[in-house]
Amino acid sequence: MLKLSGKNIIKLSVNNVVREVAVRPSDILAEVLRNQLGLTGTKIGCENGDCGVCTVLVDNLPVKSCLMLAVEAVGHEITTIEGLSDTPVQNAFIEKNAFQCGFCTPGFIMVCRSLLNNHPDPDDYTVESWLQSNLCRCTSYQEIKEAVKKAKDLR
Amino acid sequence: MIPFDFEYYLPDTLKEASEIFVTLQKEGRSPLYYGGGTEIISMARVMNVTPGAVIDIKKIPECLEFGINDNHITIGAAVTLAKITASGIFPLLGLAAGRIADHTVQEKITLGGNLAGTIIYHESLLPLLISDSSVCLQSAEGLKEAPVPEVFSGGGLRPGELIVKISLEKKFAQCPYFHIKKSKIEKIGYPLVTVCVLLYDNVMRTAVSGLCHFPLRLADVPLDPDTDEAVLAENLVRNISAPIRNDASGSADYRTFILIKTVESIIRELKQIKKDKINA
Repeated sequence: MLKLSGKNIIKLSVNNVVREVAVRPSDILAEVLRNQLGLTGTKIGCENGDCGVCTVLVDNLPVKSCLMLAVEAVGHEITTIEGLSDTPVQNAFIEKNAFQCGFCTPGFIMVCRSLLNNHPDPDDYTVESWLQSNLCRCTSYQEIKEAVKKAKDLR
Repeated sequence: MIPFDFEYYLPDTLKEASEIFVTLQKEGRSPLYYGGGTEIISMARVMNVTPGAVIDIKKIPECLEFGINDNHITIGAAVTLAKITASGIFPLLGLAAGRIADHTVQEKITLGGNLAGTIIYHESLLPLLISDSSVCLQSAEGLKEAPVPEVFSGGGLRPGELIVKISLEKKFAQCPYFHIKKSKIEKIGYPLVTVCVLLYDNVMRTAVSGLCHFPLRLADVPLDPDTDEAVLAENLVRNISAPIRNDASGSADYRTFILIKTVESIIRELKQIKKDKINA
């Protein structure tokens, strides 16, 4: 049985690169990604699983990294927004102006990426169900929905 | 940030899990079993829970069981709500699970976590209350199986008890069903009332969350085509003896009104389904 106590060195596979980090068992994945690995594209908002700005992919499924311990991520593949540079979903967001202030954008892009990987041709209900996990206070929802459709075509 | 330290245990077996729980409890470390961890993390962040250790159950094979075998459906406690919904293994449970929190969080919340958590709604319990489901529990005394209502409608889990898995007969997953969740404003949010109905053997089985401080199963009602649905719904709801919640989210009268109208619409739909079947 694995037991972790105090500070431990663990290995995390992030964007296909294995990195070592020193964490307490109570350290949250979002903070470890930002503070130890410098992956500040993952934002921290509500820290309560409501806003979705900290969304990353864990084994290709969206997870709010404020609700995941870093130690839980050992043995899983983590993808952050930095791992989606110049991908169809990122380009679709740019083309459709699917953001205003941009703070929520990384979280939305991560959800869209997973949505399209798991549902290559999603219907409107599925798109809305997945996107409801994230909040955009600038209310760019319509453009974000159009970006999902665009990303689907670009793939 | 969680402003305190705890130890993290990842047992490989049920026996290891319950043994370490007992040891940690004796040491006064207030251990918690940890599935998806969404509730533990969000409450620990504001110091509403302060465990000295968490015992992650996601490596225990029995807690990961998921499938149909010999006409029995088994769902391990560490199976996520999103997986249950996507699988279609028990459509009514999938619908209930699919309206808890949001889609991304459903990738993390586990069935065991939703049943054992402190948030009062436990919406995934509703389909289990009306499908003769049983729950397998691990404790220091070993493994035991009990009917779901006995465990969750009574005193709840005892300290140290771990939900291992849920099982039910496949026939209940094939019955006509309804799931309706009414929330105050947004689609995502806690329910004013959530209603789950199964029609089994021409009897309407109903369970409700949000109305009282715990989910409850209403009286079973034979579906008679001549029954007035308004009268039936009114009687069904007015017979609830537990106190109805009365707070800023919804007054007791409002919740009762919403529930009666919801049940009424379900009875109407069920009668129509039955009529269509006869005509077909």
